[in-house]
Amino acid sequence: MARLSPPSPAAAGPAKRSARPAPKPPEAAGSGHTPPPGWHARIDPAPLLPEPEPYRLLGTPAARDLDPALLRRLYEELVRGRRYNRQATALTQQGRLAVYPSSTGQEACQVAAALALRPQDWLFPSYRDTLAVVARGVDPVQALTLLRGDWHTGYDPRARHVAPLCTPLATQLPHAVGLAHAARLAGDDTVALAMVGDGGTSEGDFHEALNFAAVWRAPVVFLIQNNGFAISVPLEKQTAAPSLAHKAVGYGMPGRLVDGNDAPAVHQVLTEAIERAAAGGGPTLVEAVTYRIDAHTNADDATRYRDAAEVEAWCAHDPIDLLERELRDRNLIDDAESKAVADGAEALAARLREEMNADPVLDPMELFDHVYAEQTTQLREQAAQLRAELDAEEDR
Amino acid sequence: MSTATAPASAPATRKPATMAQALRQALRDALADDPHVHVMGEDVGTLGGVFRITDGLTKEFGPDRVTDTPLAEAGILGTAVGMAMYGLRPVVEMQFDAFAYPALEQLISHVARMRNRTRGAMPLPITIRIPYGGGIGGVEHHSDSSEAYYLHTPGLHVVTPATVADAYGLLRASIASDDPVVFLEPKRLYWSKADWSSDAPQSVPPLGRAVVRRTGRSATLITYGPSLPVCLEAAEAGRQEGWELEVVDLRSLVPFDDETVCASVRRTGRAVVVHESSGFGGAGAEIAARVTERCFHHLEAPVLRVAGFDIPYPPPMLERYHLPGVDRVLDAVARLQWEVN
Amino acid sequence: MSVKSTAARSSRGGAKRRGGAGRKPELVQLLTPEGERVEHSEYSIDLTPEELRGLYRDMVFTRRFDGEAVTLQRQGELGLWASLLGQEAAQIGSGRATRPDDYVFPTYREHGVAWTRGVDPLNLLGMFRGVNNGGWDPNQNNFHLYTIVIGSQALHATGYAMGAAKDGSDSAVIAYFGDGASSQGDVAEAFTFAAVYNAPVVFFCQNNQWAISEPTERQSRVPIYQRSAGFGFPGVRVDGNDVLAVLAVTRAALEHARSGEGPMLVEAFTYRMGAHTTSDDATRYRLDEETAEWAAKDPIARLKTYLANEGLADEAFFAEVEAESDALAKRVREGVRAMPNPDPMAIFDNIYADGHALVDEERAQFAAYQAQFEGSEEGAAR
Repeated sequence: MARLSPPSPAAAGPAKRSARPAPKPPEAAGSGHTPPPGWHARIDPAPLLPEPEPYRLLGTPAARDLDPALLRRLYEELVRGRRYNRQATALTQQGRLAVYPSSTGQEACQVAAALALRPQDWLFPSYRDTLAVVARGVDPVQALTLLRGDWHTGYDPRARHVAPLCTPLATQLPHAVGLAHAARLAGDDTVALAMVGDGGTSEGDFHEALNFAAVWRAPVVFLIQNNGFAISVPLEKQTAAPSLAHKAVGYGMPGRLVDGNDAPAVHQVLTEAIERAAAGGGPTLVEAVTYRIDAHTNADDATRYRDAAEVEAWCAHDPIDLLERELRDRNLIDDAESKAVADGAEALAARLREEMNADPVLDPMELFDHVYAEQTTQLREQAAQLRAELDAEEDR
Repeated sequence: MSTATAPASAPATRKPATMAQALRQALRDALADDPHVHVMGEDVGTLGGVFRITDGLTKEFGPDRVTDTPLAEAGILGTAVGMAMYGLRPVVEMQFDAFAYPALEQLISHVARMRNRTRGAMPLPITIRIPYGGGIGGVEHHSDSSEAYYLHTPGLHVVTPATVADAYGLLRASIASDDPVVFLEPKRLYWSKADWSSDAPQSVPPLGRAVVRRTGRSATLITYGPSLPVCLEAAEAGRQEGWELEVVDLRSLVPFDDETVCASVRRTGRAVVVHESSGFGGAGAEIAARVTERCFHHLEAPVLRVAGFDIPYPPPMLERYHLPGVDRVLDAVARLQWEVN
Repeated sequence: MSVKSTAARSSRGGAKRRGGAGRKPELVQLLTPEGERVEHSEYSIDLTPEELRGLYRDMVFTRRFDGEAVTLQRQGELGLWASLLGQEAAQIGSGRATRPDDYVFPTYREHGVAWTRGVDPLNLLGMFRGVNNGGWDPNQNNFHLYTIVIGSQALHATGYAMGAAKDGSDSAVIAYFGDGASSQGDVAEAFTFAAVYNAPVVFFCQNNQWAISEPTERQSRVPIYQRSAGFGFPGVRVDGNDVLAVLAVTRAALEHARSGEGPMLVEAFTYRMGAHTTSDDATRYRLDEETAEWAAKDPIARLKTYLANEGLADEAFFAEVEAESDALAKRVREGVRAMPNPDPMAIFDNIYADGHALVDEERAQFAAYQAQFEGSEEGAAR
């Protein structure tokens, strides 16, 4: 029986040989169990296993060592984020947004993901990750373009290194892997962080992305926000895995399990994963255990599939409360500062209200732009047709 | 598009070359000219691809530029999207037509519309090479003609060469294009030969330009890819019947060259569209409709289609009954209401 | 359909859980390449001499038939052949572990498994000759048609197993796939569904080291059997060239499945001695030394040594098997050559349940068109 050997550099890097090296000579006959020739232990799975329970900082002694400036920053963003979610949901009720998938309850994941990234890194959000996009510095109004419906993406992805909000589940994960791989080929110090939900982990693209990332050792971090539900389907109907973080082990990358409502803990775990990726250590899968306090979107009714008691239990584990308690205990924030943060969030909400209440300026002729680098003959003909229809409408 | 234009000084020694060689040369030149070009796919490295199109390229450019990927088509195309987002110009190989289907979601939901979603900020210059079509005796899932799925997806170019020179030129143009291109390689023409010089390949035709391969005044055969040789043969055979058949090779299904096609049909007054994929909802339906809309008053007869039957692709020993052949093309020409003249 | 209690089906292994990511990689082996019987702590087997001889016979027949198919391809009688050479133990051992009521979902290389299911080898050749897309009725032997699209049958098998469980039957399902297929999204989705629904399915991965030209390390960073741990079901690696170990492990996995313990992944560690198919040239990507070393681990040779050393079979037996396998090869050879060309009109059959106006019209047109060429030189259109 061959014993476990430490991961060899040859197994770690992308294979660079055109054929396998000559195999080692077989063990002497009569040794009993002789492994087949190609067989060798490649990676010790034990160090890849996630924490047995979600990693936490708040409420533990380790929290005392946290940087006060970081805690204040996280707090401010959490409060802004919650207010943003509330305002955006209100805008759907006023017909100003087509739909809004709220991340209330998940603000710690959103904010920590954005703050853990360095400027040169890339964020690959899903449609529920508007807060992360805004916390990364994208204009809060532009971030809502998709959900307002005046275009599919309202910001230039290259400006802040934020990919468009992605709707088809998990399809953004291979993009993140490809981008990270390309950056590594270019010798750039760039990491991609891709966000996905618990439901998204069942998609084939999740599997292919993790496998490509592991085989290529791409500098990418996968953040699963396990918010308990894929619309109405709870996690136990979604997967039989010990935890979603465990899935990492089957691909040969470390899995981390973190309390998704503990903003400094999520920030720390993601920062470590980003540093590991940047240092050539390859990808990490992080599962943040959190809860979707609101329904899937404003169009969904969560009371049809879950108990109020469950929601209440999670409300008692609120990311803002958890962090605020720490700040108060350490006298890092007082009432005046707390009010200033709340006022800042109100100002953001007021700006959202104001700008979103103005009708968007739509140019129907833009429909024919950006389909191809140059308009095809057929599109020019169709644009002329629409122009004529619009002109006729105006004349009426 | 100057990248592939022959240097003026190079003396061109034209000798027989296969379409496979021309495609390989196009990839080699693209890799050499532009460090952003990356080739990736299943078995494209050490093996050189199952059709040997990438033979020797990984040795020449290294495994980081010509990369063997895991066996996962959605993963291949999905990671190519990210690589293109970072500024690379990936050239992806799907091993066979039917094996590209797992990547359809990435293709339709992302590749085709990323430019549009981002208002032009993030174009994806990805070339997706797909060997397609039948006629090589392939077992199930190795002979599909999948062009209709792609040409119905706005945002994609759909290109298919039918000659050795075009294989080179169109592939260079596709890789150079800032739009995603589905590049369909007629696999039964991989070993077709023509006099061609790899030292001085002719300049690259722009995408979206059809070409008249044979002139005639009786009727126009509109075709592309693997059906071009069939149509040329039919045109030759048609002379015995007294027909002078014009043959138009579309080369690009998207963008579509209405001008060349309609000019020809207006001259001849009759048209037959020939392709091997199933007729119902196929490229021929679109072409016939366009020609009818634009040339109605020049037409002496309805535009006819000669296409594969509307059946799942048959087993190899039966494929010759499915694929449009010379006689079936001539049969259609005979039905173009000659008797009313 | 009677629904078996979910409680019974959802007891997930518990103490019996095998493999898993926390354990050191190990390889179940019961018969060494040198032909020595060894014991394993978790898997054991006790076969009668007749059963052992039967396994030997199966493997020899399969290899002989497979070799004959390669020859037939070289002679132009087949368009293509995907040889299983080297994988006889993985296929015979796993195939013989199934019960008649179990259902098998093969790839296109499962000729040995087909043999154990009672599919006539001649029937396997139809699709490789090009006369059909699979020449047998899947329900006759509970052996599905060969699946060429990589990995998609893993989902079919999972769905079939979910159906069997809902029916309350204790039949199990086995899905075959290769190391390359483990990268496919479909396989991951099958793992997820099988685990969530606790479906009675065994995922049998023959890791033959090569996905056409790509070695396993380009597919995965971890041994494939460890993949299942992330989905919440056990995985085990077995010496795929050891027919006894494969039989023991697959039996256990099927038992695990049929007793309501849910899916299991079996990675049979073996080697594709031939090229990917007759269209492939393996010398372009792998070294002779590697092939030579695997040849020394031959599945048939080790069982033969064991049978001979233990006095379980004599020369007369080996000669008889040889003669019988030659007869099988002859029957296959003659059968293929006598295989009738298919009827062109058959391409319009079995497309829709009750006919279809468009197809019916095309069938009529085609019949009339073909009639024009009757009596002409080739009797068919150009």
